[in-house]
Amino acid sequence: MPDWKREVREALGSAKVKAEAAREEAVVEELAQDLADRYRDLVLEGAEEEAALRRLRGDLRVPGFLMGLRPRLEGRCERGDTVAAGVNERERLLTGVQHDLRLGVRLLRFNLGFALVAILSLTLGIGANTAIFELLDAVLLRTLPVAAPEQLAEVKLIHAERIGNSVARQSILSSAQWQEIEKQQQAFSEIAAWSTENFNLGSGGEARYAKGLWVSGDFFNVLRLKPQVGRLLTKSDDAKGCGVRGVVLSNAFWQRELGGRSDVIGSTLLLNRLPFQILGITPASFSGLEAGFTFDVALPVCSEPTLHREEPYSNDGETWWLAAIGRLKPEWTVERATMQLNVVAPGIFAATLPSSYDAAAREHYLKFSFRVLQAATGVSDSKATFVTPLFVLLGISGLVLLVACGNLTNLMLARASAREREMALRVTLGASRGRLLRQTLVESLLLAMIGAVGGTALAQVLGTGLVSFISHGDDPLFLPLSLDWRVLFFTMGLAILTCLLFGIAPALQATRCDPGTVLKGGGRGFTSERQGLTLRRGLIVSQVTLSLVLLVGALLFVRTFRNLVSVNAGLQQDGVLVAGFNFSMPSIPVASRPQFKRDLLADVRAIPGVEVAAQAEIIPLSDSGWNRFIGIPELGISRKLVDFNAVSDRYFQTLDIPLLEGRDFEQSDTADSPAVAIVNEKFMREVLGGANPIGRTFRTRQPGGFPDKLWEIVGLVGDTKYRDIRGEFEPIIYVSESQGAGSDSQSTLLIRSGENVSALIASIKDTAQRINPEMVLNFSVLRTSVLRGLSRERLMATLSGFYGALAAVLAMVGIYGIGSYMVIQRRSEIGIRMAIGADKMSIVRMLLGDAMRLLGAGLVIGVVLVLGAGRLVQAMLYGVKVNDAVSLSLAVGALAVAAMCASLIPAARAAGVQPVEVLRGE
Amino acid sequence: MREKVFARELKKGSAELLILSLLEHRERHGYEISKLIEQRSKGVLQFNVSSFYPLLYRLEERGFIAGRWVEKSGQRRRRYYRVTALGRAVLKEQRSAWADFVGAVNRIAGGEHA
Repeated sequence: MPDWKREVREALGSAKVKAEAAREEAVVEELAQDLADRYRDLVLEGAEEEAALRRLRGDLRVPGFLMGLRPRLEGRCERGDTVAAGVNERERLLTGVQHDLRLGVRLLRFNLGFALVAILSLTLGIGANTAIFELLDAVLLRTLPVAAPEQLAEVKLIHAERIGNSVARQSILSSAQWQEIEKQQQAFSEIAAWSTENFNLGSGGEARYAKGLWVSGDFFNVLRLKPQVGRLLTKSDDAKGCGVRGVVLSNAFWQRELGGRSDVIGSTLLLNRLPFQILGITPASFSGLEAGFTFDVALPVCSEPTLHREEPYSNDGETWWLAAIGRLKPEWTVERATMQLNVVAPGIFAATLPSSYDAAAREHYLKFSFRVLQAATGVSDSKATFVTPLFVLLGISGLVLLVACGNLTNLMLARASAREREMALRVTLGASRGRLLRQTLVESLLLAMIGAVGGTALAQVLGTGLVSFISHGDDPLFLPLSLDWRVLFFTMGLAILTCLLFGIAPALQATRCDPGTVLKGGGRGFTSERQGLTLRRGLIVSQVTLSLVLLVGALLFVRTFRNLVSVNAGLQQDGVLVAGFNFSMPSIPVASRPQFKRDLLADVRAIPGVEVAAQAEIIPLSDSGWNRFIGIPELGISRKLVDFNAVSDRYFQTLDIPLLEGRDFEQSDTADSPAVAIVNEKFMREVLGGANPIGRTFRTRQPGGFPDKLWEIVGLVGDTKYRDIRGEFEPIIYVSESQGAGSDSQSTLLIRSGENVSALIASIKDTAQRINPEMVLNFSVLRTSVLRGLSRERLMATLSGFYGALAAVLAMVGIYGIGSYMVIQRRSEIGIRMAIGADKMSIVRMLLGDAMRLLGAGLVIGVVLVLGAGRLVQAMLYGVKVNDAVSLSLAVGALAVAAMCASLIPAARAAGVQPVEVLRGE
Repeated sequence: MREKVFARELKKGSAELLILSLLEHRERHGYEISKLIEQRSKGVLQFNVSSFYPLLYRLEERGFIAGRWVEKSGQRRRRYYRVTALGRAVLKEQRSAWADFVGAVNRIAGGEHA
């Protein structure tokens, strides 16, 4: 009996066909059987063996035979063939996915450890990314919940130097400017002005504030909002001189404060002790125009002069307090609207020029211009504050996800090696490569999807945590996070991307196997060969690179925060209570206020436990300020803008600011005595050229054409930060609080005491109650307020620190993993080396050297990346440079030590290899 | 010679129909199919390995038939083929086309009886 398999193979061999081994084997088997049967029958029918053999061999060599078999051997279909379910490759793209999924679930259940590690890393990675994206979505992308938000636009004022008072979050326009804009604009079908202010709900004692909106008559009309109950404010509610009229409540406030009862419509609400009639409730979806902020009550702009009786904003051309939002007419774009407004701008600014401006200020003012911006997503300053950090954090968490993907890829590659025999078997049994690829990818996708679901759930917790993390205690950031389509789209996209990142290389690897080699090779297959290892080593290098970038970033942000927390502001921040007293009630006539303030300060100083207390107009580091132009004719200075503060005696003592020369303010400095001032060292150096300031004078311009006021410098104090702890030391002039008009209705005291804060607050409340029970109080702790102002830095430091550490740990796990894997792979090599005389140390050195090469490569690339990309975050750093050698070397050192430890364990294990055992196993 | 070419073209044209018909009611392996064609056509139609298998495989790749390896006790495993649903549809179509064709040819080439 001839060997028909050999005959067929020979015949096939003559054709240059790139056959898949499994397919070729099947064809050979089938044809050989056929030929054997034919041969048997021919012989049985009486043919001579030799003739039968010749005839059948001849059949195998018929021209066109091999051509006919080619599609079968190469495993491809002829073009234009009919597509059949379950058979044709194209159709198979989706059929059987269900089966793949079931198999995937089963495999994950068998490898529970692997599945848990993978799902946990993906959940963390995707969750962190989604949480930050949710925040970005809420701040940046979500449109206002009003009809046709894309038609909304806001008016911004473009200006250089602007003199006056900014009193609200959106301090853009003065009342006069707003009135002119409303008259002269043509771009908007409706336009409205609005502002923000907190109103006191109580009638005495510690203040309790409602977040208020000032709105002009058309505000709710511009937004096309319909009342939930009652009615909203309209143009008729906003008539000049309207006094105390109606108020509209937000749904949240209505529910929280009034229990959501509809019979409150028509009743009155006390705001700053004035009775406002409740007109209606806004829809629950509407929480204001600013991302990050909400509102409780909305009052018509016309009521403003009644609330600020003494210095109404509406009558002052230098008070910037309004913002404008409008609905663009059809056909009008923001560009066209900007152009139109700037055509009428010169007229508007000429008509609204503040009378007190000097020539230079006037010149600046007349050069102002307008810009109209899209407001579909609302308007917000929190955008500017938090958008950059959020993008940086998104980048950071993206990198962490990449590092996690690197580990997963390595895990999957290891699994791919373990599954080579399975894959080879399946190929032999007729599975196509595409089919196997799909199977492995479905498994990855399954992991990614579970990770995405977990991540989405985690993001809800993380997101809320993040919001409260960057919120101020008494003024929480209002950012309702929701799972809208953008967030879901982002998460899904992330999951698919992740799946491709960590799934595709192992899938290709696993299915690229040559079944013959694998099945024969006793488990040592493709991925253990050079190519697979190169990929895995490349992964480790990139993981080290990314971890280094993240660690350096983390160190920079942590050091920024630490620098800011520990920065020398030149004054004592700890143990200082800031107490605000408002006595605008009629029971204290304006004329007796200066005396009232002096008595108040004396009473507070007399409270047992109070060490020292002083009054100040501007609380340092509170982001508020007051500056004026001064002139020193003898030094040729005619108009220099300098920061001012009006303080009482013992202010410097209270804040531990050293008095270097001259004297502190005294009780004898009164409105009738010559005006005196104290300056800081920076003023002496920068303005006076380093000359002793005591006895020198400067002038300030007086409003209303009065002659300049002359001030004599009587003291020199140390430098302090003024508005912001991040700022530089600037020249400051202190004037005596007792020499001012002293008629304003509030007083802010800085109090240092050995008592604890809550006991002190209780004593102050008692004292205030005794003096005048109607007085409104509020308290804060200086250090706490300062730290609160650093929420952005704290967020960056904490999160980047956490992410940096996480990335480093992930990278170390990766190094440990590949170290262990290589020890297993090179077991026999190590055994042989030891058998021919290598000692343990040289083995350890060999393996460590390998790990160190990977580490070194990763670190070098990482350093280059840090130096290159670092500029992106320089603006967010304080007191530390991106190329900071300390941070870089710390990160490099930490990674090197950790990597050393991570690779030492497998290396030590390798050194413990018994050569005899290994060689016996061969 | 001319006759031979004509017979070969006829065989080629009808081969798919033959294979599908033989698999219509039961699974068969390759040699069984070609043997049956030879027997039932009383030797008029014969396929050797080189003409039969490319055809068979083409039918399978096109999804008209599906093959699987079957092991029976005491025998070598063999590849058995069955008609797929698609194959059945194709068979039905080819059968009626063949009947039409043969009828038409007969009406012309079978002599003028009417």
